[in-house]
Amino acid sequence: MVDVKRIQEGNYELLTVVGDVDASSSIELDTAIEEAIESGGKKFLIDCSSLDYISSAGLGVFMSYIEEFRKRDITMIIYGLNEKVANVFEILGLDQLLTIKQTKEEAKAALG
Amino acid sequence: MKYSYKVPCTKEKLRDIRSFVKEVLDKHGISEVDVSTLVLAIDEVCANVIIHGHSCNPKDSIELEIKIDKSQTLEFDIIDTVELFDIAAYQEPQIEDVVKQQKKGGIGLILVKRIMDDIEIIRLPKKNICRLTKKIQLT
Repeated sequence: MVDVKRIQEGNYELLTVVGDVDASSSIELDTAIEEAIESGGKKFLIDCSSLDYISSAGLGVFMSYIEEFRKRDITMIIYGLNEKVANVFEILGLDQLLTIKQTKEEAKAALG
Repeated sequence: MKYSYKVPCTKEKLRDIRSFVKEVLDKHGISEVDVSTLVLAIDEVCANVIIHGHSCNPKDSIELEIKIDKSQTLEFDIIDTVELFDIAAYQEPQIEDVVKQQKKGGIGLILVKRIMDDIEIIRLPKKNICRLTKKIQLT
């Protein structure tokens, strides 16, 4: 089960992901990102400090937006991954394809 | 030691499967990161079987067996009556290609292959087994 909270903070939107993103709940994450894009924002921070678990279904959601973000000049920065979740991103090499920072401050600085 | 767990084929049961695997592995002094990657691999195979093998039909069920022996080998059997997808023969796509195609699926089995040491599909007269093995340091 996952909850995604969306808050506008200055020039970016903050999406906070709470819980487990697996094959049964990845649709919630996908819908939240899709709605955030449709609202017209160009800068997004994804707070994953309360993300307890992610499987390929969740990773697939993040991956599926990489091309679209590039084409539409949208920046998305993920931060706060715990060690176990970060390890899953690394197994697939997604840490090289997505922008991932440790803290919110670092993520904000990278957002510009 | 041998542990087994049988669940209906619904995606909502994946959470229970993960809890079961974690509970078993935690009893054997396996590191937290190793437990989490093994739990992930089992979750991926079970999700694949539940979604693609059974179309999430709650009347069907799958069984998971975990064997842990003294030679520090972990053996995970996902047992089913339907034909199991041959993960061992699965050719990994390039991650960059998956990204370009903007697909949301197709990476779970890559994770399984990268996490496990060996994957074997065993076809028996009345059941099929997907056997995943991993050699690991037990304390």
